[in-house]
Amino acid sequence: MKRPLKLLSVGSRGLNEGAQTELVPQVRMSGPIPWVIAIMVMMTVIASAGGLALRNIASAAANELSGGITVQIVEARSDVRNQQALQAVALLKGQSDISHIRTVPQEEVDALVEPWLGTGMDEAEVPVPALIDARLSGAVTQARLDGLRNALRARVPSARVDAQSSWLKPVFGAISALQWLAIALVLLLGLATAAAVLLATRTALGSNRETIEIVHLLGGTDQQIARIFQRSTAMAAAEGGIAGLAAAVIVVVLVGRRFAGLGAGIVNGGSLVWIDWALLVLIPIGGVVLATATARWTVLRALARML
Amino acid sequence: MTPSGSGEIVQFDNVGLRYGTDREVLSDVSFTLYPGSFYFLTGASGAGKTSLLKLLYLSQRPSRGGIRIFGTDAITMPRERLPAMRRRLGVVFQEFRLVPHLSAFDNVALPLRVAGFAESEIARPVADMLEWVGLADRMEARPATLSGGEQQRVAIARAVIGRPQLLVADEPTGNVDPEMAVKLLRLFEALNRLGTTVVVATHDVHLLKKVPESLIMRLDKGRLSDPTGALRYPPRRPVGPA
Repeated sequence: MKRPLKLLSVGSRGLNEGAQTELVPQVRMSGPIPWVIAIMVMMTVIASAGGLALRNIASAAANELSGGITVQIVEARSDVRNQQALQAVALLKGQSDISHIRTVPQEEVDALVEPWLGTGMDEAEVPVPALIDARLSGAVTQARLDGLRNALRARVPSARVDAQSSWLKPVFGAISALQWLAIALVLLLGLATAAAVLLATRTALGSNRETIEIVHLLGGTDQQIARIFQRSTAMAAAEGGIAGLAAAVIVVVLVGRRFAGLGAGIVNGGSLVWIDWALLVLIPIGGVVLATATARWTVLRALARML
Repeated sequence: MTPSGSGEIVQFDNVGLRYGTDREVLSDVSFTLYPGSFYFLTGASGAGKTSLLKLLYLSQRPSRGGIRIFGTDAITMPRERLPAMRRRLGVVFQEFRLVPHLSAFDNVALPLRVAGFAESEIARPVADMLEWVGLADRMEARPATLSGGEQQRVAIARAVIGRPQLLVADEPTGNVDPEMAVKLLRLFEALNRLGTTVVVATHDVHLLKKVPESLIMRLDKGRLSDPTGALRYPPRRPVGPA
């Protein structure tokens, strides 16, 4: 004997959305969206890695140069120059706030000017200043520099005192500009990602309009429909994000090795540390969140115009 | 005088509907549907039957007039309340409107999933319903592989599976053989006996005789006439839950 039909009373449940069962299969986001997100994430990771490396360079250079001063003995006669250099060192040693003093050896000075003057130059024809490298405890202020200059002027009239950081001020300015550029790039890439997801979601909405209307007429809420698109967008963004991150990490590592090979002191300070890598790994996660939120917003806005 | 109060399921008051700037497809339509009644809506093709049903199943808002459904003003009702109202309705669309990439089973299960029923609660009733409409061996078939009659039966199964308070069916037997048409009408009658108000739009006059207790509303060029007194209050032949 046939069982009597059992009907479930849907109307009595009000607006229950308890079961998170998929109402309809995932809506496939239009073809290229995972690729678009992969490219966006890759570029964002590379731009962010560049920004972080520049920050590290600036930070390392600032630490290295913090408190550093250079005393030049600008005197054409070598014997007077050497004598004044010794006097300057003696005087600096008498200062309580100077933690480190080093007379730069002649070979180092020659190496410094070699790119411009070549080797085997005649000291009498092209006199080169003697250099003293010193480090003040604490930051170098204009007042402290003026104090040192006054102290040296009486006994070492040829001495010139400069803060090392002032030489690199234009470099720091350039690094700062590049950092802002990296931040702007990251923001623009985020906007471009959101725009791409918005267009793809609109296309998906258009091609699934009939299904959406049916779900609506059966009592489906905007939230339930938005969830269908959110999930598919999150999946596409996750696929693209992982691919983009992997490609970007390869690029960053390879470029990092090339820079490490330069052996230039200031560039060495730009190596990425673990916290930087952790931040880079967060970028695809941020991409997924951004794409999902954009899809949700787009769907809810479109649905609000339907009855 | 039209009665008001908690008794009506649907109340139309001088409703007019036009699409865009065209002439009205429905004009001055006023009627009241009562719980547990069975109505046939007849009229020639183009008389406005489908338009009237669209207003009933909240797919369209009228251009003028008032509509109350389940005691709520459907014109001023905020959009957020529509889903809860629609879950109390069962609709058989003229063109079936099955979700093309879902199986027959999933199409019938859709209203239950929308309403948040767990999969364990859904499986048996949906399978039984498909068996009842003669599609036990076609549960996994996609709509594209079903015949017109089979699609219609899936659409009807989907409309009634949630035991709606108001069942609206647009030409529900148009694509099935006479035997199946009678069987489906019996299903509607069974639902009606459980308290569901049924509105069946049809231009098949033979169908009207199959449900002797039914009341008939006739649309003619967008205007409603009342051959069986269905719209009067009290109705000429009061009907209600058995």
